[in-house]
Amino acid sequence: MMSDAVEKVIAGDVRAVARLIRDIDDRIPEVREILKELYAYTGKAYVIGITGAPGVGKSTLVDQIVRHLRKKDKTVGVLAVDPTSPFSGGAILGDRVRMQRHSMDEGVFIRSLATRGYFGGLTQSTRSAIDVLDAMGKDYIIVETVGVGQDEVDVVKNSHTTVIVVIPGMGDDIQAMKAGILEVGDIFLVNKSDRDGADKTLSELRLMIQMSQKKYGEGKWKPPILKMEAAFDKGVAEALEEIENHRKYLAESNGGQNFERKKEKVREELAEMVKGFLIQRVFSELTESGEFEKAVESIVEGKSDPYSACDNLVLPKIDK
Amino acid sequence: MVAKLGLDGHDRGAKIIARAYRDAGFEVVYSGLHQTPEEIVQAAIQEDVDMIGLSSLAGAHMYLFPRVLEILNENGVNEIVVCGGGIIPEEDIPKLKKLGVKEVFKPGSLLEDIVKWVEENVKPRGETN
Repeated sequence: MMSDAVEKVIAGDVRAVARLIRDIDDRIPEVREILKELYAYTGKAYVIGITGAPGVGKSTLVDQIVRHLRKKDKTVGVLAVDPTSPFSGGAILGDRVRMQRHSMDEGVFIRSLATRGYFGGLTQSTRSAIDVLDAMGKDYIIVETVGVGQDEVDVVKNSHTTVIVVIPGMGDDIQAMKAGILEVGDIFLVNKSDRDGADKTLSELRLMIQMSQKKYGEGKWKPPILKMEAAFDKGVAEALEEIENHRKYLAESNGGQNFERKKEKVREELAEMVKGFLIQRVFSELTESGEFEKAVESIVEGKSDPYSACDNLVLPKIDK
Repeated sequence: MVAKLGLDGHDRGAKIIARAYRDAGFEVVYSGLHQTPEEIVQAAIQEDVDMIGLSSLAGAHMYLFPRVLEILNENGVNEIVVCGGGIIPEEDIPKLKKLGVKEVFKPGSLLEDIVKWVEENVKPRGETN
C-alpha cells in the first residue's frame, strides 16, 4: 500500500514535494519511512553538481543551464545550498534571485537549502532532497554549493557530473579551495572570462589537472577547461555539451568503470547515512539527558580529559 | 520569504529586514526585485515558507498585496502568513488588514519589534496558536 505522500511526490505534486523536503531538513522521524518507499522510484534523474567560491557566478550559470535544458524540453530540479550563520543559526538564501525567470515554469522546481551547521547532516539531507526531486520525475537535478566546507564538497561529489567554476585571478584561491576539490571536478569553467588573467587562470588549471594525471590516465575522462561568460550566455551551450559528453563517457566507459563509480557512490552514501544516523541517535540522547554538558564541565574543570569523556559517553551506548 | 513586487526598485530596506531575520535565527529566502504576485506565490510554495514579508516603497501596495493573498487562496494555500512593510499610508493599513494582511510595519519600526512580532505570531509549518 503506497502512502499518500509517496503517491503525491510521484505524481509531481509541488506542495507535497516542498513539504517533504522541509521534513527531511527538519529531521522529522516519520520521513524515513517515506524515503524508504520513495527510493524505488529514484535513479532516473541526471545529477549535476556545481561548486565554486562565492561570487564566481554559480547561480547565474545554473539559471542559464536551466534555460538551455528547458529549450530541449527537459524538466529540471535545482537545489541551491547557502551557508547557515554559525552565530545565529539563520541564513539568507538568495540564489533564487538569479533564477527568477523560471518561477512560473512548471517544468522547474527550485529549492533553497541552508547548511545548518555541523550536525545538520547537509550531505544526507541534500542526498534525500535529490531523491525526492528524482522521484518527482525531474530529468536533471542541479545542486549548487559554495565549495568551501567538506560537507559541501561531499554534496557535489555525489553528483554524476561535477562542475567547478572559477574566475580569472583565482589561481591561489583554487589552491586554497578545499583539498580534493580539484580531484573531484569533471568539468572546469573559467567564468567572467572577459576579465584580465583568464588565460593565465586557464593554464594554471590545466597544469594542476595535469599534475593529477594519474587519476586522469589513459582512456579516462580528461576534465575539459572552458572559458565562459555565463551572464551573457557565452560558453554555456559548450559547457552543457561537455556535461553531455561526460554523461556519455560514464555510460559507455567499458561498463566496469561506471559500475565501480556507482558502487563507490552507494558506498559513500551509505557510510554517510550510517554516520548521520549514529550521530543523530547517540548525540541527541547525550545532549537531551544532559550527559554531554556534564562531560564538557568536567573537562573544563580539569577533572577529565576529552578522550576519557568520549569513551564514557559513547561506549555505554554502543556496547550491547 | 522577503519579497519585492512590481516596478519598485528599492530593496535596501528589504535586505536589511532579511538580515535582521537571519540574525534572529530565521532562514530567509530573498526573492529579488521586480517579482509578480504569481512568481512570489510559486516561490513561496516551492520553498514551503511560513511567512511572506512584502516590501513596498512605490505605492502599489493596495493592488499588489491583495493580489498575493488572492493567488495564495487560488492555490489552496491558507497557512502562509502575509505581512507588509514600507511606505504605506496610515489609512491603507486597516484596509490591508481587512483583506488578510496580518501586520503592516511602517517606517521607523524597530527591527527587534518586527522580529519579535514574527516570533510571537507566526508558527512554523502552518500550526495555529
